[in-house]
Amino acid sequence: MSEPTTKGPVAGSAVASVSRFGLGEMRHLGLLAALAILVVVGLVTRPDNFATASNLVSILSLAATIGVITVGATFVIIGGGIDLSVGAVMALASVWATTLATQSYGPWVMAVCAILVGTGAGLVNGLLISYGRLVPFIATLAMLVAARGLAQRMSDRKTQLIQPENSALVDLSTQRLLGVPLLVYIFALVVVLGWIMLNRTTFGRRTYAVGGNPEAARLAGIDVRRHTMLLYALSGLCCGIAAILIMARTTTGSSTHGDLYELDAIAAVIIGGTLLTGGRGTIVGSILGLLIFTLITNLFILNGLNTSDQLIAKGLIIVIAVLLQRRNLKERAP
Amino acid sequence: MSENVARRGFLVGGAVLLAAGCTSNEPAAAPTSAAPAPAPAASGNDQPGTKVTIGFSAPAADHGWIAAIAKNAEATAKQYSDIDFKPVEPTNDINQQISAVESLIAAKVNALVILPNDGQQLNQVALQATEAGIPVINLDRIFPDKLAYRTWVGGDNYGMGVAAGHFIGKQLKDKGVANPVIVEIQGIATLPLTQDRSKGFADALKTYGFSVTAKQDAKFTVETGNQVATSLLQAHKKIDALWNHDDDQGVGVLAAIREASRDEFIMVGGAGSLNAMKEIQSGTSVLQATVTYSPTMASSAIKLARLIAQGKGMSDLVENQVPQSITLASETITKDNVEKYLALGFES
Repeated sequence: MSEPTTKGPVAGSAVASVSRFGLGEMRHLGLLAALAILVVVGLVTRPDNFATASNLVSILSLAATIGVITVGATFVIIGGGIDLSVGAVMALASVWATTLATQSYGPWVMAVCAILVGTGAGLVNGLLISYGRLVPFIATLAMLVAARGLAQRMSDRKTQLIQPENSALVDLSTQRLLGVPLLVYIFALVVVLGWIMLNRTTFGRRTYAVGGNPEAARLAGIDVRRHTMLLYALSGLCCGIAAILIMARTTTGSSTHGDLYELDAIAAVIIGGTLLTGGRGTIVGSILGLLIFTLITNLFILNGLNTSDQLIAKGLIIVIAVLLQRRNLKERAP
Repeated sequence: MSENVARRGFLVGGAVLLAAGCTSNEPAAAPTSAAPAPAPAASGNDQPGTKVTIGFSAPAADHGWIAAIAKNAEATAKQYSDIDFKPVEPTNDINQQISAVESLIAAKVNALVILPNDGQQLNQVALQATEAGIPVINLDRIFPDKLAYRTWVGGDNYGMGVAAGHFIGKQLKDKGVANPVIVEIQGIATLPLTQDRSKGFADALKTYGFSVTAKQDAKFTVETGNQVATSLLQAHKKIDALWNHDDDQGVGVLAAIREASRDEFIMVGGAGSLNAMKEIQSGTSVLQATVTYSPTMASSAIKLARLIAQGKGMSDLVENQVPQSITLASETITKDNVEKYLALGFES
């Protein structure tokens, strides 16, 4: 579904604005409708405790970690790439930050370490893809395997507890502001910053251009390689931030964290209406997609249903979402 | 872009990763649960005998329990001057484990201790070993075919559920709670061992007239334990008792309980990790007990392999040969007896 190249160099951003205000709106309506249906189901099945503040907070806390990663994944996918290494990089960052050596420097250094490791791994992905000319799927698959391996090596396959003296990091999940855990604010902040970057900055416009038509973007004077590299670094940065959140939530760093996150993140982005071929998509859509997934999990657990049916429901939702999008596209075809 | 720049890019990337802090877990970990010293045996079974070579193969799961299995096996083998210990590289890949065991058969070891990734799938290669005249000591996950192994030693999953059920049932009975809300967080739901644990739990509770209100499955990892517990605490505003199948994922469960600042219920763990024991010892935690499924079974398996290879029996029993199957009892660790168990606790 690539754009016809006749549109010229600015095709990317033109398409982007169409998707943001035309198509995108329509699709968001669909997502909002799906969310509304799920909310109604929740109200009907568990009137006692679905629509409570604490349940809402718990849904947001569950969504926060993967949500931060989804923001980064949205950038990468709009830019025409894919990042399979997100879960593994998050695990590696959490392990690196919780090694005894890092922990001896206190919570701030641990947080900075997680961010640096995440960004560093993302940068390696970006370099391999932009300058090493590797296919994104291959490069990030290699990173997935290698980062997990390194995390296992580093932790000796053990769960690394956050030491009591660094409990300030755990406060992110236990301390609340206006009844909401601090980590939810971090999630919200990442979403807002991501939205601003994508919609209000040159970097965002270039991302759409590079994903929509790299050749046209190059002719328009964008350094496509450099930009692509930065997209993966950004995704890695998000994994580093997510590592801080998962450490706070679980009080541990572990090589098992973030298992299959890449699939959850990609699924959320796709349901949110971002094309896997690049050049089109929104942060809002991705977050709505993620919330739909999290809400399903929440509803299933509130009603004591089993996990297997949850997976079937999620599979159906992915297919339905993509089919709906395709119909939308047909209607709008020039 | 010239080749040169590309290469420099690589270097920069590497440097960033290095700058992120070249740290490792060098500081020595806390004293680990070394395998228990050989108990004084009546018959002098621990006296050095014929030199025997014992091959060992286990999965490489990211799980404190499995890590402890490998560590205990090695530590116990080291205690005997007459054991030549041959472990193979642990793996989670069935194919790799099969060829690893094949290599041990080819090396003509005197006994094999195998914890298979999957009993059914490793059955064939265990049969090969037995046919080659090598006694197989089957650890924990059982081979379906009795011809495939000489002795099985493992934990009692059903018994774990029973122990947890009795602890919770008795506590609630003593408190005089009618219709209690009892919540269960399982491990991987598709595993037979998980189903056994849940069945034992339900059966034991039934004797008190109680039943499980809700159960959800996690995946034995801290993160999944945390996610499931977060949602379950939402689903049930008041809980009387919670059984979490596995202490490794229990770290995440406890974090979720703390985050929700809930403490109106009693919690029981499973397996017997050092973390859980310390939590029980503190006396301030909701975690009041854990039911063992102890990785010390690997130590026992090595001892059995040695006796079988040397043609000896178990000194406390009358028979001349080691039994065909040994099911370890699931023991309940509480604040009262935790001291006794600390040395056996494994690190998550």
